[in-house]
Amino acid sequence: MEHIISVTLENKSGALSRVAGLFSGRGFNIESLSVAPTLDPTVSMMTIVTSGDERIIEQILKQLNKIIDVIKVVDLNESEAVGRETALIKVHTRSEDRAEALRIADIFRANVVDSSPTSYTIEVTGDVQKIQAIIQLLQPLGIKEIVRTGRIAIAREALRAVASQPRPLAKAN
Amino acid sequence: MAQLTGAEIFVEALKREGVKTIFALPGGVVLKIFDVLHQQCDVEVILTRHEQAAGHMAEGYAKATGKPGVCLITSGPGMTNVITALADAYMDSVPMVCFSGQVPTAMIGNDAFQEADNIGLSRPCTKYNFLVKDVNDLAQTIKEAFYIASTGRPGPVLVDIPKDISMDKADFKYPDSVSIRGYNPTYEGSKWKIKQAADAIMKSRRPILYIGGGVQLSGASQEVRELAEMTQIPVDSTLMALGAFPGGHPLSLGMLGMHGTYVANMAMHYSDLVIAIGARFDDRVTGKVSEFCPNAKIIHIDIDPTSIRKNIHVDIPIVGDCKRVVQELNNVLRATVNGDQKELRKPWWDQLNEWKAEHPLSYQQDPDQLIKPQYLIDRVFQLTRDRDPIVSTDVGQHQMWSAQYFQLANPNTWLTSGGLGTMGFGFPAALGAQAAFRDRLVLCIAGDGSVQMNTQELATAVVSNLPVKVFIINNRFHGMVRQWQDLFYEGRYASSYLDQTPDFVKLAEAYGAAGLRIKTPNEVDDGIREAIAIDKPVFIDVPVDQFENCYPMIPAGGCNHEMILEDPPELRKRQTTGVKGKKESTDTILTA
Repeated sequence: MEHIISVTLENKSGALSRVAGLFSGRGFNIESLSVAPTLDPTVSMMTIVTSGDERIIEQILKQLNKIIDVIKVVDLNESEAVGRETALIKVHTRSEDRAEALRIADIFRANVVDSSPTSYTIEVTGDVQKIQAIIQLLQPLGIKEIVRTGRIAIAREALRAVASQPRPLAKAN
Repeated sequence: MAQLTGAEIFVEALKREGVKTIFALPGGVVLKIFDVLHQQCDVEVILTRHEQAAGHMAEGYAKATGKPGVCLITSGPGMTNVITALADAYMDSVPMVCFSGQVPTAMIGNDAFQEADNIGLSRPCTKYNFLVKDVNDLAQTIKEAFYIASTGRPGPVLVDIPKDISMDKADFKYPDSVSIRGYNPTYEGSKWKIKQAADAIMKSRRPILYIGGGVQLSGASQEVRELAEMTQIPVDSTLMALGAFPGGHPLSLGMLGMHGTYVANMAMHYSDLVIAIGARFDDRVTGKVSEFCPNAKIIHIDIDPTSIRKNIHVDIPIVGDCKRVVQELNNVLRATVNGDQKELRKPWWDQLNEWKAEHPLSYQQDPDQLIKPQYLIDRVFQLTRDRDPIVSTDVGQHQMWSAQYFQLANPNTWLTSGGLGTMGFGFPAALGAQAAFRDRLVLCIAGDGSVQMNTQELATAVVSNLPVKVFIINNRFHGMVRQWQDLFYEGRYASSYLDQTPDFVKLAEAYGAAGLRIKTPNEVDDGIREAIAIDKPVFIDVPVDQFENCYPMIPAGGCNHEMILEDPPELRKRQTTGVKGKKESTDTILTA
């Protein structure tokens, strides 16, 4: 089953490779990983999308916690979370397709961020289904290139207050 | 405040950490540090002949003293050589701090001479590693390195020091304490879980204590002994736990696992409650996971949460330091235990004693035949036990026999490579322990295959006056490999026969050490006495029966109650027809 894991870690060189090395070294799946600094410049927030059965996810969470540069680990599947991804899609457009490309972008509330006589670059943000859907519709026009950020996610505040608090695992090595 | 160079800060920091001995080998980028070390005498520098051995010596030192072992090596090949020792220490949770030299900061990444990505290389085999980029951070980094190495689940930590950092100057202030926000080991176990564990113990009929290296590391021997004696629960020790619970204690069933005793493995399989303390359910212990302890509830006490439910489902997990958790467990039990526990456990012990009597460890030594390896090891144990020796081993058959026959009475006296199974570990580890305890008897049981992986350290032993006694169980084979080939590969000895072994007596003498050879069973006792009387490092070459196999044995992936107890008939038949793949008359040691 797919899990979104949010990892707070030290913003220093090497921290990312410790996490990446853990996944490759122990044979855990990693579907996407995105990382950027938080408001505190010494701390980064990483969102990892992974999959595995309950036992594997438990190991992933524990192993992440064991990394000394990791400050906090939250399994967002334990709570309702908002997940988003951004994609930049460069679509090949013949003159008769240009209106169609714009129409599709419009439906998905996507923006055209660059244009040339034979192409549009479309920026779209949304959940995984939305990104998949726009890709599917643009594909017949001819997608030249595509770049995706990987998912980022955050726990929903209202639910966090009432129901299952994202559970920070006991930190121990 | 006077400013110190990085190298001076390094040495000062070692002193503050109470480091008395380091194991080191110099090179271009660490010369400044060696220069400073050379001009002081608080920290002894033992020059090794290979960086891997420096690492193993630090491990031996750490295992014997319980304090972090320290090694210092140079960049590039120095670093790659020490990797094996780091990986070994990581697997066996040995507290160790390794300092590596690095090319000057400005040259990092330029493929400079003797440059290697030390941080990248060591990341998967250290608990943590640091690259020092500013001399002002050096003292703090060293403090943190020792703290991380020796707290929580211990492990190796690498500190990579570029050449310019060792020459730059900074004010020296050694921090008193360390606080790392991502690192807060849990020491106290949950009281509620401990209560549950105590209840389960009181309810169980066939409980077994399964103790691991964590008991050595947390110094929980006394507590575990109290627990066992109070409740009369039998004790199975893993390879890493030997000595943590006295091997000769009436409650001890000896080692469990692939080459554990019959009773230890049967007890695990048929128990109804496994109390695992500082053990990690390694595959050499569990055998076939799906049929491991089919009727048992499992209590698992471990300081590392990742060990819990990694391989085996656990019913009562307790994260915490073994010593403190068992202390608390004893407190709870003391208030609840009532009645005569011996009487209560009698049916279980009757069964255990039956198993014990059914298949005890055994070997047959015919006085006119070649020496049996078990006989030699047994005699070494019997003749040295009153001196409370520190015993190291290499990896293979001799290691398993040593584990079976050395009934060690005290913790921190057993140095062996468990998790990684590093051949070549034993001799340097013994030297490291001897460096820590100059007056104690330090023995190494080695194989002729293993010992050849680090014989160059004879020079270190002689120069640094480390009089370890190395018994070489010489069967001219990689014995364990040969055993597997006999059992599972129809006796085809692919690359396991060591056509040429050196004359170990002459080899030792060439380095200025002493060499002895014990050829027949009736020379064994005198040979051992003679060897330990020599105040020098000694290699004792003992040609033994080449085809002795180590039993009991649970084949990899087999069930714990289905042990092979002796050579299968087809194997015995094969062996009488001689060694395949062996050239005639090259076995010089036998004919000598």
